[in-house]
Amino acid sequence: MSVAPATIRAVGRTPRISLTTLAVSSLVLVTTALALVFFVAPNDANQGFSQRIFYFHVSIAITAYACFAGGAWNAFRHLWKRDPRADLQSYVCVHQGLIFGTLVLLTGSIWAKISWGRWWLWSSDQLVLFLVLFLFYCAYFMLRYSVDPGPQRANLSAVYALFGVVLIPVSFAAIRLAKDIIHPVVFTLHGPNFGGWILVTYCVAQVAMLVLAYTLYRLELSGKRLDSRVRELKEVLA
Amino acid sequence: MTYFRDVGALARKDLLLELRARDTLPAMLLFVAAVFVVFHFALPGTPSRLETTGLLWVAILFTALLGLGRAFVPEREQRTLDGLVLAPCDRSAIWLAKSLATLAFLAAAEVVALPLYALFFHRVSGAMVLAVVLADLGICAVGTFLGAMAVATRARDLLLPLLFLPLAIPIVVGAVGASVITPPGRYLGFLALYDLLFAVVCWASFEYVVSE
Repeated sequence: MSVAPATIRAVGRTPRISLTTLAVSSLVLVTTALALVFFVAPNDANQGFSQRIFYFHVSIAITAYACFAGGAWNAFRHLWKRDPRADLQSYVCVHQGLIFGTLVLLTGSIWAKISWGRWWLWSSDQLVLFLVLFLFYCAYFMLRYSVDPGPQRANLSAVYALFGVVLIPVSFAAIRLAKDIIHPVVFTLHGPNFGGWILVTYCVAQVAMLVLAYTLYRLELSGKRLDSRVRELKEVLA
Repeated sequence: MTYFRDVGALARKDLLLELRARDTLPAMLLFVAAVFVVFHFALPGTPSRLETTGLLWVAILFTALLGLGRAFVPEREQRTLDGLVLAPCDRSAIWLAKSLATLAFLAAAEVVALPLYALFFHRVSGAMVLAVVLADLGICAVGTFLGAMAVATRARDLLLPLLFLPLAIPIVVGAVGASVITPPGRYLGFLALYDLLFAVVCWASFEYVVSE
């Protein structure tokens, strides 16, 4: 009874978009988003030109949340279903999340400097939350690289990644409770100033960031898998 | 009910060990007193009640870290953790028992620390005591869990503060809020919610920390 390995792989794999297609579409989307942000979206009445960073700041923040959620979901899959691929997927998700989280801190900081004249504002919920998450997920990396590769490392990383998704809403509530001044809300989803080109630009920027994150995720994942394959082969040859 | 008997037996073991060896609790007591003295010199002039409340919580958090760091280290050093994991009881019982033992040490340290705070700085309100009780539950539940994670790594207890402090920020927010704002109900409720949420997560996932 011999089944061709190719058949098994074909059954086990869901059809996926190729990396090249993803790379091209993220390039197109990011370029479109940049063009829309700089040339099409109208100037904000209160904040003027500088408000345009908001399109990227918000969409990057949501992308980072999506990455952290993906990391936790894969961690859950690792613990629950014992899916052998889930550990690496969870790690790569968290890694992308940390990169996008750092970008949130950077863009938020630039925005705070232009709008309020200071590089850091404790009154901005989103920034403080991302600082807490930044510290939390940096500790994730410290944890992961302090354990030898193996089932224990996978378990510890997965459990800590799951703590992350519990921490996000709890920290958000805590920061809301902690602050005494209300952060000016420039742009609410229901406000009259949200519509037309603003909405279109925001949506394009959001999709662009999500596709970019997914492309980077796939790229890193395939790199890491190749890496471990090469290591396995070397061990076999040695 | 065997679950609670197991928890009781495991917690009693830790308390008995501490009673005989006496290495964690005296260290915590001395540490918290020393921290208060350092803070007195670190804050020039007469610090306000707001400032000293913040300081009290920093002191409590760091004292707790000192105790939490010790919780699983002897188990690793003497290789008794494997024995505990092999014991015919639910793995989460190990976490619960350790948390209870650490809670007992932390509470004992605070029984000294709070009067000392009142003596050195400002009086302690009832809401503050309630906040201490609720915060202790969260600190011990999460801290013990992370302590077990940290001893499984090469860095050992060096890693514990890094893992723990980001998770302790909501506790600090709730505790400081309850200590300085009247009425403290919202903050106490938040602390209770935190305790409940994280206790459930720790209880459910502890098995994966100690087994492979």
